[in-house]
Amino acid sequence: MTTSTVTAHMPVVDDDLAAQRFRVHRSAMTSPRIHAAEIERIFAKSWLYVGHESEIPDPGDFVRRPVGGRPVFMVRGVQTGNVNVFHNTCTHRGALVCRQDSGNSKVFQCFYHAWTFDSEGQLKGVPDRDAYAGGVNFDELGLKRVERVESYRGFVFASFDPDIVDLPTYLADAKDYIDLVIDGCGGSVEIVRGTNQYSFAANWKLLVENSIDGYHAESTHDTYFKYLVSIGTDLRGGVSGRAVDLGNGHAVIEYSSPWGRPVAKWEPLFGEDARTEIDRLRGDLDARHGEQRAHTMAEVNRNMLIYPNLIINDIMAVTVRTFYPPAPDTVDVTAWELAPANELPALRQRRLDSFLTFLGPGGFATPDDVEALESCQQGFASGGVVWNDISRGMGRSPKANDEEQMRAFWRRWQQQMGAAADRSGVQ
Amino acid sequence: MTTAASQQATAIRQHVEDFLYAEAALLDAWRLDDWLQLFDEDAKYEVPCNDAPDGDPARDLMLIDDNYTRLSARVARLNSRHAHREFPHSRTNHQVFNVRVDLLGSDVSVTASFTVWRFRAGRSSCYVGRYRYRLRQSDGGFRIASKRAELDMTDLHSVAEVAIIL
Repeated sequence: MTTSTVTAHMPVVDDDLAAQRFRVHRSAMTSPRIHAAEIERIFAKSWLYVGHESEIPDPGDFVRRPVGGRPVFMVRGVQTGNVNVFHNTCTHRGALVCRQDSGNSKVFQCFYHAWTFDSEGQLKGVPDRDAYAGGVNFDELGLKRVERVESYRGFVFASFDPDIVDLPTYLADAKDYIDLVIDGCGGSVEIVRGTNQYSFAANWKLLVENSIDGYHAESTHDTYFKYLVSIGTDLRGGVSGRAVDLGNGHAVIEYSSPWGRPVAKWEPLFGEDARTEIDRLRGDLDARHGEQRAHTMAEVNRNMLIYPNLIINDIMAVTVRTFYPPAPDTVDVTAWELAPANELPALRQRRLDSFLTFLGPGGFATPDDVEALESCQQGFASGGVVWNDISRGMGRSPKANDEEQMRAFWRRWQQQMGAAADRSGVQ
Repeated sequence: MTTAASQQATAIRQHVEDFLYAEAALLDAWRLDDWLQLFDEDAKYEVPCNDAPDGDPARDLMLIDDNYTRLSARVARLNSRHAHREFPHSRTNHQVFNVRVDLLGSDVSVTASFTVWRFRAGRSSCYVGRYRYRLRQSDGGFRIASKRAELDMTDLHSVAEVAIIL
């Protein structure tokens, strides 16, 4: 792993194992200097999620989107069938060459001077090519690939760092949890059509914490639990489980919950006639993976952070969420729903339904998370208090409503930021 | 269109407009229990994702896909002190225009443009899009069989989320 060679004298992350106290200096969320360093040291030096292979099943299929704040596009090559990820800029004078969010095309033509590239990035057309003297080598002027591109179980990642470790090494123990999600879905998944794209006024790391925070569920999401009760869900089991540090900044909380899971835990929301089908799905998992692993797939929820900015939450439905900070106090979020490929229509309907009760900008929970995180950011401006406390559960085997998973993130963050996250003189 | 038919369509459109203005007034006054009374018990309230305005809730991810049960729960949530994003409530201004109606037997299919302004804690945001209603005529008035709000914004970056009812 890339680590900073210079460590901070007064680290922003105060990890006091002896006192069992863990604090983060609030400048981590407010300082423009720290934000600028994050772009260079974290977003330019990590594996970042681009998209899922199921979004571009056929040759020439493409999607464009920002990755690490930079416009790129992902296209399935017509000749090779490979997933290519290109910087979205013409090698001539800079204009975007892919100007639609998604589609299918054999060629990508820059409209400015009509330079044309194929789906493998090769420069195929230059009007008036004869006007160029010998010094220009058109073979070298193909679309620029993002430095590194690899995928794991269909999740495509890219890195702007040519020297980064390979993706499987980077993902460390998070691989096992990605496997649980995908294998629980029958081994083959797809992104459902429809994207949640929203922004709010808080630091991106507050969303990291919030996405894997078991402690806030009961207090912040009271209205969601009331809704579950109103449709007949039994809340008595509560939320219980553990937090696991997966290495390299990745972490997960895994826990049982009162809500149902489309694969494969029945709840009243799904309706009586869904019981048979959900029992069948559970039986399939038992047969294929053994009772213990099937139990984990079907009944255990997973909120997982893939460092630094990918969340895969396998809860009442599966959501994939990535985000980027255009400023210290702003975060842009893109989220999708992941589902088993070729799912039966009735099952898909229930899964979609289950997603919307809790998740998304129109759900019963996400708006209140947005309010909580904006409220924290506003509170930081008050001053007087300079530390956030992230100590919950230190000194015991970490539970799902402790904060060990956040500490795993913050430790890696401090390591990667090095001297750039030093609280002496930070503004 | 004969004059008589045209007069009838105009009359219905005027009734529909009055109904939509009254609905908007209930929303702006946060009289959500009264607003819910406008819906039939098999009604739907839908908001598709920005990048899939034609989204089908049976197949596609939506922002909101409420049946009457969930719509009632949405109202209960927004009436409580625990819908933190909407406590205290935003001030809203639901504006409806470009109303067009189509008669489908006894039902009326309505499309209209909307802007919904939302103001809270010193910030303003604006939702712009198209309503599609299916209204049922009953007792000289209308009941909502379905309401769908399709957003014209390409994403929710400028509005953060959809905690309010559009």
